[in-house]
Amino acid sequence: MIANTDELRSAYKNVWVIAEVKGSKVQKVTYELLGAARSLADTKKAELWCVVLGHGIESEGQSLIHGGADVALLVDDPRLKDFIDEDQAAVLVRLIDSYKPEIVVCGATTKGRALIPRVAVISNCGLTADCTGLAIDPENGDLLQTRPAFGGNIMATIRCSNHRPQMATVRPRVMNALEPDMNRKGRIIRENLLDSEEAKLKKVIEVFHDTESSVNLADARFIISGGRGMKGPDGFKLLKSLADRVGGAVGASRAAVDSGWIPYSHQVGQTGQTVQAKVYMACGISGQIQHLVGMQSCDYIIAIDKNPDTPMMQLADVALVGDLYEIIPEIIKELSKT
Amino acid sequence: MKIVVCIKQVPGTNDAKIDPETKRIIREGIKAITNPFDAYALEEGVRIKEKLGGEVIAISMGPPRADAVLREAISVGADRGILLSDRPFGGSDTWATSYALAKAIEKIGGVDLVICGKQAIDGDTAQVGPGIAAQLGWPQATFVMALTEIGSDYFLAKRMHEDGYDIARVSLPAVITVVKDINQPRVPTLKGRLAAQKVDIPVWTAEFIGADLHKIGLDGSPTRVVKTNPPPSRHTNTMKIEGTPAECAAKLVHELRIRSLV
Repeated sequence: MIANTDELRSAYKNVWVIAEVKGSKVQKVTYELLGAARSLADTKKAELWCVVLGHGIESEGQSLIHGGADVALLVDDPRLKDFIDEDQAAVLVRLIDSYKPEIVVCGATTKGRALIPRVAVISNCGLTADCTGLAIDPENGDLLQTRPAFGGNIMATIRCSNHRPQMATVRPRVMNALEPDMNRKGRIIRENLLDSEEAKLKKVIEVFHDTESSVNLADARFIISGGRGMKGPDGFKLLKSLADRVGGAVGASRAAVDSGWIPYSHQVGQTGQTVQAKVYMACGISGQIQHLVGMQSCDYIIAIDKNPDTPMMQLADVALVGDLYEIIPEIIKELSKT
Repeated sequence: MKIVVCIKQVPGTNDAKIDPETKRIIREGIKAITNPFDAYALEEGVRIKEKLGGEVIAISMGPPRADAVLREAISVGADRGILLSDRPFGGSDTWATSYALAKAIEKIGGVDLVICGKQAIDGDTAQVGPGIAAQLGWPQATFVMALTEIGSDYFLAKRMHEDGYDIARVSLPAVITVVKDINQPRVPTLKGRLAAQKVDIPVWTAEFIGADLHKIGLDGSPTRVVKTNPPPSRHTNTMKIEGTPAECAAKLVHELRIRSLV
């Protein structure tokens, strides 16, 4: 809502985290957000609420309190089991309207990035996408939201002074979860889905979770990516065996995906996924800017290439000059030594 | 089936430079391109039309020169283009942009399906697609990898998630945003290109679409960019490893082990 005076703004209190739910379990990104939002709430001397929409989520309330929430607001209904954006948005809009949080954050996941824009439009408030930094402006208490734009080429700081709540989606794996505190106390509030909120415009008829860890780049600690220098699809089997050895995932550059060597779900970069692994190993990837923006915030970057002068070889922490088809089997061999 | 495809003109990123003074992206003199994801949106719209009949209308909001992306759309199968271009639209954030596009879609009238790319490569927000759906009060399907079935009043959308997908049956009218998996966009023919150059692209103003001036432009935008900075740079002293493959591997594994990374 428009809140362009101090009086209107003062009606909005507390910080909300909207939980990411898979099945009946709250996902890791929610705990990361609780970690970040805890300090926002403390700065504002406000409460931290975690809102969970789903089915069979009752037992999650205590864990969220242990993870930093003062209040767990649960809406447990079989009709919220599947991801039906319209219905979930309708519930959130009503809850926001009745409880008036000042700040609402949600993981910048595919669900968060579908749901929250819908809520922001209906609730008539501003929304900043895919933030990597959140802070409270010491002067006026506004939320300062920092995000990469233009494929990571600039960092923009955004505020939303005249609307409440202030909303942001936050990139997974950027914020740090708190150590669970089993002695933390909090309240659990339960709300219902109203029949009028069930729009009956969408029905989820199939859900598929890929258990193959090699595709889940989002959660991978160690990513081994191949590019044009792989010269064909077979090399990706080699990358996969190294990935299996280190418990990692296989990524790819756009060149490799467009050549049909590996599916799009593996693509890292501007038109693929942005990853934030501990280790990123780029094999035969020259390092075009569109690829770099998707992986340059990984902690430790390894490049393997015959050409020592590529942008990736310059950017890397470690650059191995040579033929990846010869080096990778040796790495696998070396790793099996203790 | 009446299909609207939303297309954004964006700067080609290879040329993106930051003005050291203003810290903003220098857009002048930079090659402008069709947002890459929007090409997939358009292709999907054209394929649906080819199968079910109907019309594909490409719309864009931007400066007058953004007519170029609409001509490009026409060259690969859009029937017509509409450009929203008017000073009051300037400075719109995703809220105001989705409002303006929704007003234009209402003005077009009788639209069954709106298709957007999953996000634009300049803002990277992915907010305008679901924003349009919310403004119109229509259902949405985002990050769509495939439309596995489409009928006169519904479709089945395979929606991409981080760890898999789901398939949703969605009522029409609706808004979808698409990812690259969905198709392989066609290349324009020379004939298509030449024909597109001659097409008249109507320019719609805020007044023409009946937009509330308090809901568009800077005034209608809840968010404000307060500053832009270059991203923190990586301080790397690259360690170069050369030698036989076995030597390289041994040195690398050593580096990983001392950092407890394996």
